[in-house]
Amino acid sequence: MGKQVIKLTVNGRLEEVEAPARRLLCDLLRDDLVLTGTKRGCETGTCGACSVMVDGRLVKSCLMLAVQARGSSVTTVEGLAPAGGLSPLQQCFAAHGGLQCGYCTPGFLMAATALLAENPDPTEAQVREALDGNLCRCTGYAGIVASVLAAAEKLRGH
Amino acid sequence: MHPEGIGAPVLRREDRRFLTGRGQYVSDIVLEGELHCAFVRSPHAHARIRGIDSTAALASPGVVAVYTGADMAADRVGPMVPLWQIPGVDGKVMNEPPRWALSRGTARHVGEAVALVVATTRHQALDGAEKVEVDWEPLPATVDVRDAAKEDAPQLHAEAPGNLCVRFQRGTKAPVDEAFARAAHKVSVEIINHRIICAALEPRAVIASASATRGLDGHAVTIWSATQVPHHIRKFVSEQLDLPENAVRVIAPDVGGGFGTKGKHYPEEIVLAWAARKLERPLKWVSTRSEAFVSDYHARDHATHAELALDADGKFLGLRVSTLAAVGAYVSTVGAAVPTTVYTAVLSGPYRIPAIFAEVRATFTNTVPTDAYRGAGRPEACFVLERLVEEAARQTGIDRIELRRRNFIPVGAMPYATPVGPTYDTGDFIRLFERALVLGDYAGFPARRAEAAKKGLIRGFGIAYFVESSGVAPSKYAGMFGARAGFFDSADIRVAADGSLLVMCGTHSHGQAHATTFPQVLASRIGVPLSMIELVEGDTGRVPYGTGTFGSRSMVIAGSAIYMAAEKILVKARKLAAHMLEAAEADIEHKVVNGLGEFRVAGTDRKVTWPEVSRAVTYAHNLPPGMEPVLHENAFFDPTNLTWSNGAQACEVEIDPATGVTRIISYIGVDDIGTVINPMVVDGQVHGAIAQGIGQAMFEEAVYDRESGQLYTGSFMDYTLPRADTLPSFISETDESQPCTHNPLGVKGCGESGTIGAPASITSAMRDALEPFGVTGLEMPFTPNKVWRAIQQAKTKAAA
Repeated sequence: MGKQVIKLTVNGRLEEVEAPARRLLCDLLRDDLVLTGTKRGCETGTCGACSVMVDGRLVKSCLMLAVQARGSSVTTVEGLAPAGGLSPLQQCFAAHGGLQCGYCTPGFLMAATALLAENPDPTEAQVREALDGNLCRCTGYAGIVASVLAAAEKLRGH
Repeated sequence: MHPEGIGAPVLRREDRRFLTGRGQYVSDIVLEGELHCAFVRSPHAHARIRGIDSTAALASPGVVAVYTGADMAADRVGPMVPLWQIPGVDGKVMNEPPRWALSRGTARHVGEAVALVVATTRHQALDGAEKVEVDWEPLPATVDVRDAAKEDAPQLHAEAPGNLCVRFQRGTKAPVDEAFARAAHKVSVEIINHRIICAALEPRAVIASASATRGLDGHAVTIWSATQVPHHIRKFVSEQLDLPENAVRVIAPDVGGGFGTKGKHYPEEIVLAWAARKLERPLKWVSTRSEAFVSDYHARDHATHAELALDADGKFLGLRVSTLAAVGAYVSTVGAAVPTTVYTAVLSGPYRIPAIFAEVRATFTNTVPTDAYRGAGRPEACFVLERLVEEAARQTGIDRIELRRRNFIPVGAMPYATPVGPTYDTGDFIRLFERALVLGDYAGFPARRAEAAKKGLIRGFGIAYFVESSGVAPSKYAGMFGARAGFFDSADIRVAADGSLLVMCGTHSHGQAHATTFPQVLASRIGVPLSMIELVEGDTGRVPYGTGTFGSRSMVIAGSAIYMAAEKILVKARKLAAHMLEAAEADIEHKVVNGLGEFRVAGTDRKVTWPEVSRAVTYAHNLPPGMEPVLHENAFFDPTNLTWSNGAQACEVEIDPATGVTRIISYIGVDDIGTVINPMVVDGQVHGAIAQGIGQAMFEEAVYDRESGQLYTGSFMDYTLPRADTLPSFISETDESQPCTHNPLGVKGCGESGTIGAPASITSAMRDALEPFGVTGLEMPFTPNKVWRAIQQAKTKAAA
């Protein structure tokens, strides 16, 4: 399989990676760019641990070839926090029991980021529906839902 | 009081790295020169291996080596030995047929590892594994435990006639027979507690590094594993490789959920450790989700017949339980203990039952081995008991709430010795039960049911009570039941000159927030801010003694060890403070004022602070005669009894009969976990446990083809887990009125509660909803299809 040169922007930085055509976006992020915050949990697009934003759209990076992201702007969990701090959403996850083992957390943060960009004032039902592409085995989701609702309120207040 | 101490809802100190994507799970670790591994696994439930041809695989790009069971046999690598050797009836111990990390001759379940392929990249390893040619001779398989126990069933192991692993009994038969002879009411149930799969979100992963010169870190082999029990893995690997235990180092870094399933020894750990020694290159294996489904240990899978005898007033007289439990193809680490010692120990539950007798036949089946998964034996026991209670209510006409009230062990009867062995120290079951009914507004339920009925919807109210053997320890009891290890845990505390503390424990945190809660215990006792305490866990190279995290044990055992080690530190610190203050030791008081520790001469304002004492003892310029420098103490806690966590679970469901879809309207958990160290962390544990219990009740089921042994539910697309939009919010409360009496913190384990109670409470609600409509015999999981069919069948029957 021929190698491909893939240029893309990740968390605001221009990157150039040479990779086989079959390289998945999640593998490019994790293995080539060492951005290991993006997790592999199922490789079938059903757990959401690999969620990232590609040109502002929520994408499961295990279902996207890296070459498909050529020229795109990708945001991963590493790109969410302001330097040395936490974003309001991240702060709310910490304050409202939004995480335990941490493995699903990057994916939930990305899904919640996408939701709040689209709907700054979601109901609990809307939050639950927006997060139904992501699996968490630790929290029972109650803490995650509370975190997202709190973040929505905080962000609206800003 | 300490503002960050015991009882304070301190925010988790570990969150920052997880929130910014900087967690370090095994698959995130990259070692210089590492090679990648893939396993060839059996596609058959039962098959003889006539031969393995690795030629094509070895010629595949990037493939470095292919190893089989024969290679491990040639190096005399030992078998996968279970942690428990369960004693059966008639003085016979369990049958323990050898299990090899890579099959030697025969594979006994789909997914059993038969060969290892090592390559430069992960994809090359996976491609190479496709090219290993195994010449299979398929054999007849037995998959369902009820089939496997039959006389003419295909046999898995020559060493285990009748596919019997162990026949285990608990309680005394004669008093139970006598109770049934004089009973006014007898009820019985047939129960399938179906097989489920844990599916922690992080797939298992292992890295092994070794060199003949012990170059990396002085160990013969170092293993990074996504495990809850690094010390157990060290023991097993050292035994299998015939290395001294201290020559093996096992590190469990961040682990993405354990739930018991990662608390076990797996073939991949020993295969990689052995192969890394052969190749002298670091080896990495990361499970795919599909191989996780066929290689992570499964859980539950019981078929039970149980009977309850009652007197005319509905008082329980006797309980008789007979269970067939599938251990799967082999006895895994704790696999035989879960359905025997663990399950039968809690068959009295919260009820006064004067006579109990249980018999379990742990049986081999051509499936993935079963082992402990959150709850582990306790959900099965709770389910049996609560189903019997509800059946008894139906049959006797006594209200199910009232029947429970009549039979709860009253608080005044504590300590209470059950007829199955354990003695409960504390518990006020009636109080928590009544509280759950209040929180669930049971009184208002008939009105809500009527209101729902107007919309064509069917409501049900469910209730259950569980008692959990938590704080898994007493080495003494573990020894009685054949454990091949002690079950204490350790804390080692080292104080630096600035008064900061390093605490090292033999447990491991994979979501439980030990880095927050353990320091809360220490901060309370010593009097320092949390920021002055660092916790080290999960590395046998830094923490020599430990047992790990499972069985809701960490705070109970390691937390208590921390408390005890802190006491030893304070004894020495007080001596030095007396010396510094030129006072008698007896006059020195240690106090924590606004979270800061000080040593004061009683009744005066003369004092030295914790940092001053720490500096003095570490600089050692002026110590009392005979005192050694520094504050460094350790403690090992091995309690006299398990802790007896317990709780009431209540819920309300609403079923749409047109679709069979069930909505959980409310879920209530009231827990007695003794003293609460951090209410926010406890809430998280309780919520997660409820979610996993609801998962079994509503969604999850591991489905095998009963003939071929193929697993139908082999991915997240066909094994349904609870998601954010299929679970309700939870109402959870703790009741701290009954602290544990046999550990210094008064804590009881808190990790498993809802997973134990929810299957019973949800089933209670579903039956409450549907029985008025003539639906009978509906069993978990309550999927829309199953519920809809049951309703249609009842309608047809009513019409006929």
